[in-house]
Amino acid sequence: MDISTLTICDAAAELRKKTFSSVELTQAVLDAINKKDADLNAYLSVDAEGALLQAEAADAARSAGRDGDLLGIPVAVKDLINVAGQPCTCASKQLVGYVSPYDATVSAKLRQAGVVFAGRTNMDEFAMGSSTENSAFKVTRNPHDLTRVPGGSSGGSAAAVAGGEAIAALGTDTGGSIRQPASFCGCVGLKPSYGRVSRYGVTAFASSLDQVGPMTKTVEDAAVLLQALAGRDAHDGTTPDVPVPDYRAALRGGLKGMKIGLPKEYYIGGADHEVMACVRKAVDACAAAGAEIVEVSLPHTEYAIAVYYIVATAEASANLARFDGVRYGHRTANPGSVFDLYAKSRAEGLGTEVKRRIILGTYVLSSGYYDAYYGRAQKVRTLIRKDFAEAFKTCDALLTPVAPTAAYRIGEACDDPLKMYLGDIFTVPANLAGLCGISVPCGQTAAGLPVGMQLLGPAFGEGSILRAAYAYEQGVRA
Amino acid sequence: MSKYLITIGLETHVQLKTNTKMFCGCSLKFGEEPNTNVCPVCLGYPGALPVMNREAVKLTVMSGLMLGCEISRLSTFDRKNYFYPDMSKDYQISQQARPLCLGGGVTIQTPAGPKRVRINHIHLEEDAAKINHYARFSGVDFNRCGTPLMEIVSEPDLSSPDEALAYVQALKQILVYAGVSDCNLEEGNLRCDVNISVRPEGQEQLGTRAEIKNMNTFKGIYAALEYEIARQLATVARGGVIVQETRRWEPDLGETQSMRSKENAHDYRYFPEPDLVPVALASEQIAAWKALLPELPSARRERMVAEYGIPEYDAGVLADAKENADFFEAAVRLCSPGLGKTVSNWFMTEVMRQLSVTGKTISECPLTPAALAELVELVDKRVINGPTAKELSAELFENGGMPGVLVAKRGLGQVSDSGALEGFVEQAIAANAKSVEDYRAGKKAAAGFLVGQVMKLSKGKADPQRVGILVAEKLARLA
Repeated sequence: MDISTLTICDAAAELRKKTFSSVELTQAVLDAINKKDADLNAYLSVDAEGALLQAEAADAARSAGRDGDLLGIPVAVKDLINVAGQPCTCASKQLVGYVSPYDATVSAKLRQAGVVFAGRTNMDEFAMGSSTENSAFKVTRNPHDLTRVPGGSSGGSAAAVAGGEAIAALGTDTGGSIRQPASFCGCVGLKPSYGRVSRYGVTAFASSLDQVGPMTKTVEDAAVLLQALAGRDAHDGTTPDVPVPDYRAALRGGLKGMKIGLPKEYYIGGADHEVMACVRKAVDACAAAGAEIVEVSLPHTEYAIAVYYIVATAEASANLARFDGVRYGHRTANPGSVFDLYAKSRAEGLGTEVKRRIILGTYVLSSGYYDAYYGRAQKVRTLIRKDFAEAFKTCDALLTPVAPTAAYRIGEACDDPLKMYLGDIFTVPANLAGLCGISVPCGQTAAGLPVGMQLLGPAFGEGSILRAAYAYEQGVRA
Repeated sequence: MSKYLITIGLETHVQLKTNTKMFCGCSLKFGEEPNTNVCPVCLGYPGALPVMNREAVKLTVMSGLMLGCEISRLSTFDRKNYFYPDMSKDYQISQQARPLCLGGGVTIQTPAGPKRVRINHIHLEEDAAKINHYARFSGVDFNRCGTPLMEIVSEPDLSSPDEALAYVQALKQILVYAGVSDCNLEEGNLRCDVNISVRPEGQEQLGTRAEIKNMNTFKGIYAALEYEIARQLATVARGGVIVQETRRWEPDLGETQSMRSKENAHDYRYFPEPDLVPVALASEQIAAWKALLPELPSARRERMVAEYGIPEYDAGVLADAKENADFFEAAVRLCSPGLGKTVSNWFMTEVMRQLSVTGKTISECPLTPAALAELVELVDKRVINGPTAKELSAELFENGGMPGVLVAKRGLGQVSDSGALEGFVEQAIAANAKSVEDYRAGKKAAAGFLVGQVMKLSKGKADPQRVGILVAEKLARLA
C-alpha cells in the first residue's frame, strides 16, 4: 500500500470495503515513516505500539458495526497538543521527559472518532518560528527539496503529509503556522476562526491568536477533519456556541456567484514574482469558474506585523512562565535558591528565539511601556478587524498569497529574525482579526517548489472558503 | 511632639463558599492530603485553560449588593504576572481594570458614634497554593491553588486598630449573613492586608504608607496595627523617614518586618486575560441575585425589636450570628403571641450558656426551635415549673426530642392542686419547728427554707409560686 497520495476519504472508503484494515493502514504509515523520516525529520516521536493497539480497537469496532469517516485513520499530531500518555515536548528541551496526563479536547474528540495517534511532528520550539529550524531537536526538510525548509511552525506536520509519511495531520496556527508550511510543502492547511476549535490541552503560544487546524492532502479531507474538531467546548471559554455546519455539504456549490475580493495591499510589491504569478493565475481560474473578482482595501495591513509581534509576545511571556522547573519539565541540578531554580532551569531549557520573544513580551507589558506598546497594539488590532469587517460586507472570501516566497534554503533566514517575521505579513492579519483561512496549492516555481494561495473568510465562515477552495482544487484537477 | 493622625485601609481576602475551584472542577474540601484536589488546570499544565465558576461570580455580586456596591455590567479579568512556586501558572488570574463591584461601604460602631467606612471596589481572583517548609526542603500543596477569593478593598477611612477590627468584624458578619463565606479564620477563609500611615495633625496629604501582610487572626490584625503605629510614630519622633514598603507580621515575635521596599516592588505587568471572555451581567440577573439576599444584621435588629417586643440589647445579641437569629425567630413564631421576650430569655441564658460550654454552634446541636418553643409554652401554661424546664432544656440540648413527650413520659407535670400541696406544707412545717420559731422571731427568710422543703417533698414538681402562697398563709395562721 502506498500512502503518499492516500487521503482520509479514500482510506475511509477502502476501510469500509475492507480492502485493508486499520492495522494494515497504520502499519503502512509506520513503514513510510521508517523509510522516509531519516531524510525528512518530520516526526519527533512515533508510538508504533500504541498506534497498532488503537488500530486493532478501530478494526474491532468496525467489525462490531461501527462506522465513521475517521474510524481507524492514523493522524499525525503537532508536538504541542496533549495526547494522554504520549510526550508533548513542544520541540523544547524544557519539556523533555514530560508525558501528557490528559487529552486535549481535540485529541479526545479524535480519539472518540476512532483516530489512530501514530506520532508527533516536529515544529519550531513552542510554535515560535516560520521554518521549523527553531526546533531544539532536529531540522525538518522540505519533501520537494531536502535543502529547503518546510515552513513553520507546523513544518513537521506539513512535511509528513506532503512527503508521504502521514495521511493527515494536526497543526496550530498563531500567525500563519498552518497555512505557510502548507504552502511551502504543497498541501492543504486550514486555520479555523478563533473559537471554532477548542484550545484546551493545546500548549499556548499566544492565547488570543492560537487555533488548531487540519493539514491534509485535499480540501475535502480538511472539511472532514474540521468537522470532527469544531464546536463549543466547556473547557474553553473562548469557544462560542455557534452551530457547526456540515462542512462536507458546504463544499458543493462551486465558485459561480461567489464574490472574491483581492485586497490591494497584498498585491503591491514585496512578494516574489513567481509566487505572485501563481496567485494571479489562480485568480484567473476562479474568475473563469464564475467567481466575481473585486478589488478591496485593507488599509491597516502595514501595521499587522508590528501589532502581531507585540500581542503575541506579550501573551507568550505570561503563557510560558509556567515552564519553571517546579512541577514538570526540565529542572536545573542543585539550584541555590528559588530564583536560581527559575533562572537556570529556563536558561538551560528554552531556546534563543523563545527567550527573545519572552523578553520582547515582558518589555511591552512593563510598567510605563504598556500604553505605548500593548495598549496601542490592541487599538490597531481593532482597526485591522474593522478593515476585514468592511471587506466582508461585499465579499464572500478574499484571495491572497500565503507567503511572500516559496520555501527558502535551510539556514538562509535564521540569522535575521526580522526578515523571518516579515514572512508572516499575509497570514497574521487573519489571526489578529479572528478570521478563518485556508492555504491551497496553486502552482509551482520554475525550480519545482510548491506555491499556495490563501482564501480568507469571515469569522465562522469556514463553509465559504472550503467551497471556494474545493471548487478551485477540482477545477485544477479537471 | 505634635499630635499624629493615623490612616488605615484594608484589603480583605475572603474565600467564597463554592463547591469547586475558581477555574476548574476540583473540590475545595479543607484538610485533605496534599495535592489530591488537583488537575491540569490548577496545576498549570501545558495547554490547560481556565473556565469561569459562575457561582463565584454570583457570590461576589451578592456580597457587593449587601455592601451597597455598584455592580459592573461588564467585568474583565487580568493576568498578574509574578514567579513564585505557590502560583502554578506563574501568573494569577485577577481583576484590575474592571472589577465586579465598585463603591459601597460598611457602617461600624465607634465610641464617637456610627462611622461609614467606604469600599473602593471588590474583585474576584484565585488563591495561591500553600507552601510548607521542612528541615531540608519545601513542599507545595496545590489543593488550595485556584480557590475563589474575593478581595474587598476599603478606602483609607479607618483611624485606629479598634476601628479596623470593628470593620473586619462587621464585614465578616455581613458575609456570613449573606452565606457567601464561612469567614473561618482558622481555615484561612478570611485574610487581611493592611495599609497604614501616620501624619501630623493639620497636614492634608497622607503620610507614606507601609503595607502589612500575614495577619490571620483578629488578634493578629489588632496587634500588628498597634505595633506598626508605634513603630511609625517612633520613627517620625526620632526625625526618621517612613519608607514605602511591604512588611510582614511575625506573630511569634510580635513585630512587623520589612519584606521588600518600593524599589524592589514587583512589576506585575497586568494585561487582559485572553483565556476568559468578559463577564456580562444582565440587569435581570443582578435583580434575581438581589432577591436572594438576606436582611442586613442592622435591619434585622430593628425588625426583631418591633416585631417581637424584645429589648434592643437582646436583638443585638441574637442578630449577631445569623443562625442564632434564625433559630430564635423560628421558635418565637411557634409560640403564642407575647412570648418574644421569654423565648429570648431562654435562648440568651440557657441555650447560649450551653453553646459556650460545649463550643458548638446552634446548627450543630440537636435542639430544635420547635422544642424550645414547646418548652416555653409548657412553662407559660404552668404545666412544668422553672427548675424542671431548666433540666429539660439541658437534656434537649444534648439529645434532642420534644419536651412535651418527656414531661408526659416521666410525669414531670407540676403539682398545683391545693390539696396535694397543703399535705406537703403540713409535713414541712411539722418537720421543721425550728424554722417556724425563727419565722415568728422575725426571720422572714425562714419561709423560703420551708418553701424549699415543700419542693423537695414534691420531688421538684410543685408550683413554687403556689407553694409560696400556701406557706405564707399557713405561717400567718400559726402566728
